[in-house]
Amino acid sequence: MNDYKKSLKLAIGQNMGFTVATVGLLLLWLLYNILHPGGFSSAVLIQNTNESVVIVFVAIAQTFPILLGGLDLSVGAVMTLANCVASALMSGSPIQILIGAIITLLTGTAFGFLNGMIVVYGRIQPIIATLATGSIAIGLALFIRPQPGGDVDGDLGWALTNDLYELVYTYGWWDADAAWFSPFAWIPVPLLIIIIVGFGIWLPFKKTVTGRTIYAVGSSESAAFMSGLPIERAKLTAFTMAGFFAACGGLYLAIQTSSGNADMTQAGSYTLNSIAAVVLGGTSLFGGVGGAIGSLVGALLLRMLSFYFRIMSIDPLLQPLIEGVVLLVAVSLGALRTLRTKNRLRLFR
Amino acid sequence: MPQSEPILRMAGISKSFGATQALQDVDFSCFTGSIHAILGENGAGKSTLIKIMSGVLDPTAGELFVEGGLVNFQSPTQAAKDGVVCIFQELSLVPDLSVADNIFLDSPPKKWGLIDKKTQREQARVLLARIKCGDIDPRALVKDLSLSRRQMVEIAKALSKKPKVLILDEATSALSSQDVDTIYGLLGELKDEGVCCLFISHKMHEVERLCDTLSVFRNGKHIETFAKGAKSDDEIVKLMIGRTVDAQFPAKPPPKDYETRLSIRDLKWERQLKGVDLTLGRGEIVGLGGLDGQGQKELLLALFGVLRSVEGEVRVDDQIVHTGSPAEAKASPTNFALVPEDRKTEGLMLPMSIADNLMIASLDKISDGPVVSPSKEKEAVANGIKQLEIKVGSPHHAVSTLSGGNQQKVVIAKWLCTNPDIVLLNDPTRGIDVGTKQEIYKLIRALADEGKSILLYSTDYDELIGCCDRVAVMYDGKITVELKGDEISETSIVSAALNIGDTPAHQKPGAMQ
Amino acid sequence: MNFPTINISSEDKPILIASGFILVILLIGTGYTLATQGTMPLLTVNYLLQQLQSGAFLGIAAAGLMLVILHGHIDLSIPWTMTAAAMMATTVGGELALPTGLAVGVCIGLVNGIGVGYLRVPSMIFTLGLDSAMRGLMVAHTGGYAPADTATPFMRFLASGKFMGVPMSVFVWAFVSLVIVFLLKKTTFGKSIYATGNNEAAAYLSGIKTRRVILGAFVVSGVCAALAGVLLAGYSAKAYQGMGNAFLLPSIAAVVLGGTHILGGKGKYIGTLIGVVLLVLLNSVLSIMQMPEAGRQVIYGTVIITMLLVYGRGQKVTS
Repeated sequence: MNDYKKSLKLAIGQNMGFTVATVGLLLLWLLYNILHPGGFSSAVLIQNTNESVVIVFVAIAQTFPILLGGLDLSVGAVMTLANCVASALMSGSPIQILIGAIITLLTGTAFGFLNGMIVVYGRIQPIIATLATGSIAIGLALFIRPQPGGDVDGDLGWALTNDLYELVYTYGWWDADAAWFSPFAWIPVPLLIIIIVGFGIWLPFKKTVTGRTIYAVGSSESAAFMSGLPIERAKLTAFTMAGFFAACGGLYLAIQTSSGNADMTQAGSYTLNSIAAVVLGGTSLFGGVGGAIGSLVGALLLRMLSFYFRIMSIDPLLQPLIEGVVLLVAVSLGALRTLRTKNRLRLFR
Repeated sequence: MPQSEPILRMAGISKSFGATQALQDVDFSCFTGSIHAILGENGAGKSTLIKIMSGVLDPTAGELFVEGGLVNFQSPTQAAKDGVVCIFQELSLVPDLSVADNIFLDSPPKKWGLIDKKTQREQARVLLARIKCGDIDPRALVKDLSLSRRQMVEIAKALSKKPKVLILDEATSALSSQDVDTIYGLLGELKDEGVCCLFISHKMHEVERLCDTLSVFRNGKHIETFAKGAKSDDEIVKLMIGRTVDAQFPAKPPPKDYETRLSIRDLKWERQLKGVDLTLGRGEIVGLGGLDGQGQKELLLALFGVLRSVEGEVRVDDQIVHTGSPAEAKASPTNFALVPEDRKTEGLMLPMSIADNLMIASLDKISDGPVVSPSKEKEAVANGIKQLEIKVGSPHHAVSTLSGGNQQKVVIAKWLCTNPDIVLLNDPTRGIDVGTKQEIYKLIRALADEGKSILLYSTDYDELIGCCDRVAVMYDGKITVELKGDEISETSIVSAALNIGDTPAHQKPGAMQ
Repeated sequence: MNFPTINISSEDKPILIASGFILVILLIGTGYTLATQGTMPLLTVNYLLQQLQSGAFLGIAAAGLMLVILHGHIDLSIPWTMTAAAMMATTVGGELALPTGLAVGVCIGLVNGIGVGYLRVPSMIFTLGLDSAMRGLMVAHTGGYAPADTATPFMRFLASGKFMGVPMSVFVWAFVSLVIVFLLKKTTFGKSIYATGNNEAAAYLSGIKTRRVILGAFVVSGVCAALAGVLLAGYSAKAYQGMGNAFLLPSIAAVVLGGTHILGGKGKYIGTLIGVVLLVLLNSVLSIMQMPEAGRQVIYGTVIITMLLVYGRGQKVTS
């Protein structure tokens, strides 16, 4: 029991940023629901999660390269590319839709793999390599969708952006009104998607040697090399995972909006927001510290701000300013401990 | 010498980096159940040798045999599979991962294909207990451990691979003396178990105490291998540097009273400095001794303005001074200079030119206002190189192209360019070859003769004995004993360092517990 | 014949390759116009001057950014520094227009420098936050519409006026370039930038006020971006929302294609200059070919990757 307590204390101490972000998110969420006229209802939760799915996926995508100590400036563009691919393929029979979804995810994954190849074998700094490949991804997206549009199966869109009840009802898997089902019927499908895809892949991945190698490379690449870890495989995997999760975001965006849009500005803002989300979630931009669950929390924190704008009816003109200032204050607060560092040499690394 | 099959044998191994020949046609064997020292100056090829053995580098030519079988290691992992494990001088630990993660970094225990954290933790505990480090929590992050604890984790990591040949590259340089004793004991055990330990060290007494066989390398060649005791120290040193050496340390002036330049009273910082009192005279060399980590480094950093919220009083020439940053510390009235602990990360901008590195601390001296004067710069660079006899092709070459010893000379020369009054030296000869060491000792003495005051922290007792006019020994954040003149001896320093209290002289009142 | 052996340093290699690539672009473009129109407008002085004029905005922004990248940092606030400077300049108007714009740049640079240098927030995230905040300020200031104020005559003159047949903006660019070269090569500030970019701990222990050096670099970057913004407003006769957005990625690309290491410590200004010219010419040749946006983006990315691959791959970690 004592040992368990000590473990918990260690875990919190070693993940301070994540802990603070999670507690902050919970508090903000509670307050939001208290202030909201329809607070603590399934409808509000559905709306909130729906608006968060894409940025959550893109933030999870960004986590992998950042843990390596790199950065992927193409996640927004790959998300957009996947969005456009999906908008062209996600209609017709269920089988066709399924194949469309698989091709969409494969496109993003392949693009991520390409990023990894350039970084690993081309030995180009990730930040500049992905800056360039991001441009290529946007170009490809524009080829597919010079104008916004597309045709995505409407039933699917309805079923995946509502609660479990609607999902079951739409496809008639079983009696959606069954008594045993009612305790779960309220759960929003987007929430399930995030949890199943995000956690389902991340948690086991973190426990593989490749996953640990990503942390090791981000923390000290030379130590990882000396210890004989599979560095190249880890880098390739990290960028491939980034591509995969970015594609998940793009796929969901297509389902949600029933269309594809090769919007360069939107792609850029998703990329930059993903970095902000990762950092807010307690992952270090220097690499080696943090994780995808933190990024999920960070992305939700970012989204939470805009939810507040809505219920507090803040002038939309002021919203970008407030967003920027909140981000600045948050990261500066996190940095305040550097002012307390007693040995100034520790400031440099 | 044992006549059995060597556990590891090199035949005709050569390695070149571009035009430099690091190893040249080396034949080398070592045997099970032996502790085998590899000696040589820096640049003799020792590091290259062990990097080839442990799979970090590929040889340009030649063959490597383990237990009689030809091997071709492509990575440290492959070498470890065949039982060749190296504990590197540069740590191979990942700071942001836990101790247990680090020990089993590349081959963790698994369950259903995933890392089994619980088993991993338990196995780590067992290994740590074996090297008497039960106090290290396997869940703690490596970055939260002290340098000497990290080195012990590194050793546990090597043991986890069940080595047949264990290579220790300066592995004890960062350890406290208790841990060193533990390691000595461990090496004895391993020897009895039939492991072959290859031991690289610059400390002769360590080699003499531990090893049974010695091999000397010079200029990339294997010069000779012989049993311990077959040659005297002088003969060994001769083999290493290939020439006879005159007295290692320059002659000391007779003890005298110096005019006080720097006086420190009750200096406190965090838990590392607990009230240091010390004076330093004009033209005096004062050594800082003691076990590693008793606050010596912090004292130097505190004087140099690196540490925040330092309490106490520092006077220079009887004026109270405050140094809030190195920029203030190097300026008048203090005129400090600090040769830092690690020249690669704290002393030099490795990719930049020798000239730029030399001038970086004295930009104000070579410029008119904000504009650098090329003529002044050229002159100052030439002076700096000449003064320390730094062997350079051109001052515009990157400083990373120099040997370790010459790099350290650049760091020292950089500070001499600022014309300091008080020079703080943090272990300036660590990892440097014998020849350069001597030059540095001479230089230190010459500086003192010019009237500069020198505070020298060294982990090498011989250096303190040979160089210093006075030695202040630190224990637990305080100076416990000061030794002068003939009182400076290995026994007195060691007993003071261990705070045993049978030292003859200058017990600081109230310093003992 | 005996050729003298030329020793090409690793710093000069990218510059030479980029110069060669500029020639290739010009040749391809000329080949295209010869084949389609039978003329070669690309090689006329007028055309090249016109390209330099439109390249000046990018060139000035990249010049300042280079000082930040030399530290291994990055300035993502360039887009809205440009826009904010342009908007404030046109709002204030009159003789104070240019000084106001530059003052905006100084302020943004100071905030960035304090955040990155003193608070030690990673530049990637701090400058990004400040960029959003500036966008917010400008949206609040203009109400989200393009401001009605127009550029002052002086701003227009600086951007599109001509002196001896050469556009004024080219002179401004040349002036900025000279100042940057002087700073980097001849001053203690320049030496301190390279030292800090290479190894901040060693620079600090050598008594360099590294935080102040970082602050200085961000201020220069802010001022350069502001100047580019003011000129751009003069060129388009007014300031508008998002006018700086198109400049961030090309300025980073120009600095890197010019051989400055993205992790800091290494790079020459001449490289940045050539990087800018390369991107501007590439862009204009693609315009002449009437390449659609999609194709441009793909080519743009491919060129950057290919060139960096040609520059030679980074060092593998071996010890």
